Amino acid sequence: MNLTTFIIVSVIKTVIALFVLLTAVAYSVWLERKVVGHIQNRWGPTRVGPFGLLQPLADGAKFLFKEDLIPPHVYKPLYIAAPMLAVMFALTSISVIPIGNVVTIGNIKTPLQITDVNIGLLIVLGITSLGVYGVALAGWSSNSKYSLLGGLRASAQMVSYEISLGLSLVGVLILAGSFSLRAIVDAQAGTFWGFIPRWNIFQGQIIAFFIYLTAAYAETNRVPFDLPEAETELVAGYHTEYSAMKFAMFFMAEYANMITVACLASLLFLGGWHGPLFGPPLLQAILPVFWFGLRVFMFLFIYIWVRGTLPRFRYDQLMAFGWKFLLPMAIANLVITALIVAIRS
Amino acid sequence: MLHLVLFLIFGAICVAGAVNLLVQRHPINSALSLVAVMASLAVEYLLLGAEFVAAVQVIVYAGAIMVLFVFVIMLLNAGEEARTGGSRVAILFGIPGMLAGSLLVAWVLITHSGTQEVSAGALPGPPREIANLLFHDFLLPFEVTSVLVLIAIMGAVVLAARPESIEQQKREG
Amino acid sequence: MSLAFQASQALPRGTDYLRILPELVLSIFGMIIMVLDPVVDQRRNQKALGTLALIGSLAAIASTLWQARAPGLAFWNMVQVDTFSVFFHFLITTITAVVILTSYEYMEVQQIRVGEYYALILFGAVGMCLMSSAVELVLIFIALEISSISTYILAGFRRRAAISSEASIKYFLLGSFATAFFLYGVALMFGATGSTSIPTIEQHLRSGSIPVLAYVAIALMFVGLGFKVAAAPFHVWTPDVYEGAPAPIVGFMSTAPKAAVFAVLLRIMFQIHAPGRLGLIWVAAALSMTLGNIGALVQQNVKRLLAYSSIAHAGYLLVAFAALPQNGIPSAMFYTASYAAMNIGAFAVVSHFGGAGERYVTLEDYSGLGRRSPVLAAALTLFLLSLIGIPITAGFFAKFYVFSAALQANLVGLVIIGVINSAVAAYYYLRVIVVVYMHDPRDESVLPAVPLELGAALAITALTTIYLGLLPGRVLDYASRSAGDLLH
Repeated sequence: MNLTTFIIVSVIKTVIALFVLLTAVAYSVWLERKVVGHIQNRWGPTRVGPFGLLQPLADGAKFLFKEDLIPPHVYKPLYIAAPMLAVMFALTSISVIPIGNVVTIGNIKTPLQITDVNIGLLIVLGITSLGVYGVALAGWSSNSKYSLLGGLRASAQMVSYEISLGLSLVGVLILAGSFSLRAIVDAQAGTFWGFIPRWNIFQGQIIAFFIYLTAAYAETNRVPFDLPEAETELVAGYHTEYSAMKFAMFFMAEYANMITVACLASLLFLGGWHGPLFGPPLLQAILPVFWFGLRVFMFLFIYIWVRGTLPRFRYDQLMAFGWKFLLPMAIANLVITALIVAIRS
Repeated sequence: MLHLVLFLIFGAICVAGAVNLLVQRHPINSALSLVAVMASLAVEYLLLGAEFVAAVQVIVYAGAIMVLFVFVIMLLNAGEEARTGGSRVAILFGIPGMLAGSLLVAWVLITHSGTQEVSAGALPGPPREIANLLFHDFLLPFEVTSVLVLIAIMGAVVLAARPESIEQQKREG
Repeated sequence: MSLAFQASQALPRGTDYLRILPELVLSIFGMIIMVLDPVVDQRRNQKALGTLALIGSLAAIASTLWQARAPGLAFWNMVQVDTFSVFFHFLITTITAVVILTSYEYMEVQQIRVGEYYALILFGAVGMCLMSSAVELVLIFIALEISSISTYILAGFRRRAAISSEASIKYFLLGSFATAFFLYGVALMFGATGSTSIPTIEQHLRSGSIPVLAYVAIALMFVGLGFKVAAAPFHVWTPDVYEGAPAPIVGFMSTAPKAAVFAVLLRIMFQIHAPGRLGLIWVAAALSMTLGNIGALVQQNVKRLLAYSSIAHAGYLLVAFAALPQNGIPSAMFYTASYAAMNIGAFAVVSHFGGAGERYVTLEDYSGLGRRSPVLAAALTLFLLSLIGIPITAGFFAKFYVFSAALQANLVGLVIIGVINSAVAAYYYLRVIVVVYMHDPRDESVLPAVPLELGAALAITALTTIYLGLLPGRVLDYASRSAGDLLH
């Protein structure tokens, strides 16, 4: 592949990935409103389009045309930069996430991901760890007590849970022996005894899976860990002072992060795109992407389900849970996995 | 060629961030400049073929340590610094001295490069090699670092604790 | 890249652990103290923890002597046990033990919580010991940080005195700056030679032409290390820090970390034949001697006076570094040991006499000490005479060997500067002695009796001072053998 084709292919992939991601973001908002609505015995959006399917478009238009209000008391440079940072980091991390096998179109062979790097997982973790700046700076630069409290809570919470999150993934890394997301998925191909898939949660990483899921909820500031934007005490937390498109950016960042987390969970614990393949060659090429999408959808659904079901933690409970329960569990899981792998080899 | 251009760009960002860190009057701007320095350093590592170190640099420095910096600045609600005139000695000797020092190092590096220097690709970059270095060849320094961290934590505790005398403790039981 | 993993054994062996045994013992005792601190009864824990720390340092001395029988490399060429490292291990652990002895009474009088205090001393000693045996710049750096950070914290232990916090902050800021210089030097040395291991660097520099980068690297490392030993022009922190820090700690940090840094300097300067050594050392030594002694002339505070004196002594010691290796190394080692004995002794007197809150530290307070407490006064006089370099004290032979080593290297100029400075120094040391014996006491109140532990510390340091002043032969022989080991 020469440089020109490389650039063209990369641009096409980037555009497609961004388009898919943003659409997914828009429709996970719709999904959330629908599902939560049904959980609460309501209908959710119904007016715009069939089943309210065009609601995201209407919302987007509304955000675009609203007046972009900048309160007079804010620290302007950071106030403006914060939502951009948030959305930028949220969208960047998708670039190393693979959604399927390597495909061949004509004589161009390309993996179904924007770029395949051999430390993909570390890059995702690195970019996610930067994501906290958007929230923290929004909270600080708004120069309002609710925002500041929200920002403080967010940064403390994200730094605390990042440790458990990272440690819960080390077990998977030990099993796969690589940081490359593609290699991790490949290591999960095949089955035990012909019917149990060799997914990592069936390879003894089930505790790690739940630790990851819990920590990921906290990382994305979702219920039951949504203290940074707890509306009963902090109005809207770190984005209290934001309106119009800037507010929408935080919104987009939150849902894009959810999708990234869901993708990672599928890749690392549930075997990525592995699933039964059948039918004509074209279908065989598309099926992995479908299986992957299905898993991501499932995780998004669980996210929403949890939101509709669980109450919010208290702040001290949140910290105690993270440091005193999740972290020791993650360390224990790591030690046990390492011992098992060492004994086996 | 592309590598060199990128290297220069991020090197410039790095230096600019470092200078900005000193010039800015508000602590939060300084902290963010430091984040920029850390991030562009990570890119430099990446360009040198040390992708693992680059990722760790971002995760540890930009993603964890600097977040705590920002957190503390927010918590203390630190305002803008008051400017003092700056020390005469610093202006008279410090800045020329610093310039002379950096020029000397730069001159040495430019005029004497290519003779005995170590090429970037020859050094360990992949995680596996780094692990072998860290947990085998450099095992002792790695383990000794734990003592370093331990005394740093102790220091924080000792210096942050309120001074209380033994008398007080006796009274309290 | 072929990894050494397959070539050598995968796991450390027993001898590897034996070769870091003193460090292990010190760390374990440090941790035991930390764990016991909250458990032991507060009223008695002062002495109990101190005794534990003392036992720890004695055990470290014993393990050093045991380790001396099995010299060699350990942990994949990270540390090297030889007579050189054993000499410095013995010196540092002994200093630690004596300093713990002098701290007993001080901590009680000043009413400072001791838990972390003794643990930090032991952990600091771990770093210093490692510095003297490490043959890898990365390990040296980490060890240097351990020793520095523990002393930064110890300097701020008089929590109720603002001057102590000031000392801690100043020391910390300037010290971190200096460490950065050292690290930069290490990085450049790696760039110049492709290695951070001292034997490899030595081979590299010997085999071919010396890269210019190596000169810069050595200079930067010298800046960092020069700061730690308070050599001019990197000495400005010394008086303020010594004035603010607790007196026993000043005794500690003016001897043990200095000994360790001098060990590192000896390795860097002599073992790897540091290019550009002579010029650097010449300037630093001449400046340190001159600035230190001139500064000391006008001091009224005894701690500040001793601070300037320690700058001057760093200068005398550096003279040895400009000499030829076979003379310079033993004389530098001998000087380190004798300076440690006399300086800790002097600070032991200062810490006892200072009283609660270190109230009595000016020269005037010392007037009439000869009448109020003849024993203390006699000890102080002995240490001060030794610091001057009067015969039958350690200081005499220390200076004598250093200057004769320099003369053999034809460094006449440096020796002349040194001798003139010694004469100047005699003035301010004698001034203290005059005040102690000739002036009438301002305060006739009875001094608290010298407690047993402090008495032991004073006896050890005084006897060492006299022993090295009368019979320097054995120590010097050992140092010469170490020099041979260091140079192969």
